Amino acid sequence: MMPTLELRNVVGGYGDTQILHGVTITVDPGEIVVIIGPNGAGKSTAIKAVFGLLNLSGGQVLLDGEDITNMPPEQVVRHGVCYVPQTANIFPSLSVEENLEMGAFVREDDFTPRLNEIYELFPPLKEKRRQAAGTLSGGQRQMVAMGKALMLEPRILLLDEPTAGLSPKFRGEIFSIVKTVHEAGTPILMVEQNAKQALRIADRGYVLVDGHNKYTGTGRELLDDSEVAVMFLGGAADGAKDKAGDGAA
Amino acid sequence: MMDIVGDLINFHLIPGIVLGSIYALGAIGLTLTFGILRFANFAHGEIMTLGAYFAWTLVQLTGWHPIAVMPIAMGLTVLVALGIDRGFYKPFRASPTIMLVIASFGMMLMVRSLVQLIWGVQIKTIMPGIQMPLVLFDWLRISPKHIIIVTSAVALMFAVHYLLTYTKIGKAMRAMSDSPELARLTGINTESVIRATWIIGAALAAAAGALLALDTHIQTMMGFKLLLPVFAATILGGIGRPYGAVVGGLVIGLAEELSSYAWIGDAPLLNPGYKAGVAFAIMVAMLIWRPSGLFRGKVY
Repeated sequence: MMPTLELRNVVGGYGDTQILHGVTITVDPGEIVVIIGPNGAGKSTAIKAVFGLLNLSGGQVLLDGEDITNMPPEQVVRHGVCYVPQTANIFPSLSVEENLEMGAFVREDDFTPRLNEIYELFPPLKEKRRQAAGTLSGGQRQMVAMGKALMLEPRILLLDEPTAGLSPKFRGEIFSIVKTVHEAGTPILMVEQNAKQALRIADRGYVLVDGHNKYTGTGRELLDDSEVAVMFLGGAADGAKDKAGDGAA
Repeated sequence: MMDIVGDLINFHLIPGIVLGSIYALGAIGLTLTFGILRFANFAHGEIMTLGAYFAWTLVQLTGWHPIAVMPIAMGLTVLVALGIDRGFYKPFRASPTIMLVIASFGMMLMVRSLVQLIWGVQIKTIMPGIQMPLVLFDWLRISPKHIIIVTSAVALMFAVHYLLTYTKIGKAMRAMSDSPELARLTGINTESVIRATWIIGAALAAAAGALLALDTHIQTMMGFKLLLPVFAATILGGIGRPYGAVVGGLVIGLAEELSSYAWIGDAPLLNPGYKAGVAFAIMVAMLIWRPSGLFRGKVY
């Protein structure tokens, strides 16, 4: 089976600063893949590498087998890859509906059916469709940002820390939205700080450290790996904690 | 009593609204280019001058009313503006803002010199002769050309409103004004948005120049003299806010005209020679106390 998206030994950074020293990531059709790791590990940079936002000096980015290495962002979008940046991911002075329409900018066909699907996926947006997107709550802004990206019915959705800066309540909401989007059929590659929650909804995860692949596994495997847990999940592995719980009972 | 009110309305309020609508047209274009291309276009005043001279030439050639030739003058000005963008601004698209600002300053000098070279420096009138004002209720005097100017300006503003609110390219312009980076990531064709911005900005600037020519006369420095009040209107309304520019233009126009009314005693409150100073004072005050303008524009 051909992966939807593949980063092969990607090397690159900004200007003279090398951040990625050979990162390999694969997203198979229908998967949610999560990238975790400490600050400065190059997680967001890896996603930006897919979207043509930095110059790669080595390696390849393949979309359904097609080479899109170093393709500029405006072209990558046209190939069906949508990227939701961590911040500044909506047009604040435009209404919710106008934001979604802008998401469909490159579409030449009638996107009204898709617009209605997005409203079904995110009911609060339908209610507030005439409101300026900048006046919405943090969680609803993320819905606008994701809805806007989904207007293109992308082949893959790239999310850069969608829960950053949100309260725990909204965090849970965003993760369930991500799951919903995924269940509606869109493969997702996501960078997350809240590693545990993210791995729970992930098919597979990658741990990046200093621009290298450190660990790779299914979400479950990484959650249960005691080394990963101690180093990157801020505590004992899920499995270990469950056992400790059993012991106390 | 009616005499006093009539004086205020006929000689200050109405001219203020007329001047304000002209400023507003200029300011909409300036605020759009400022918001979308992220630089203060000093050549905007000369674009207005160019519109006025095109209109004058067309009137000479056809003998039509200035309003009838205005659309053609706007079209010609748009072509020049697009040419300027292609030749002088496009190469600087990725450069720091200051380079574009200086390029536009150079453009201002070049266009003005070219206008002086082609049309000469003498003052010209677009509609010779004196028009009798319409007299209403015995005290209200409205000059027909003032009605024409304000009506044309309002019609153009509605056209821009329609464009920005209901068309794909208009929405994309607002999106790019919000965030050029996200616009690019969203796949919005930024070059076509920039083209649309120049088209609208230059068309409105040309209209402002032609309407001012209709109100007064034409001279090669007219655009430069308009630049200060138009910048003041842009900043007052908030950079990148076309509706703010309309309000800003009207406020500046009214403030300039009302400042010379005899509010206290018999003498003008402010010598009419200081009119330009009023716009400048408002601009400075806004930059100090509320740099984002009335409509929360961008602050650079």
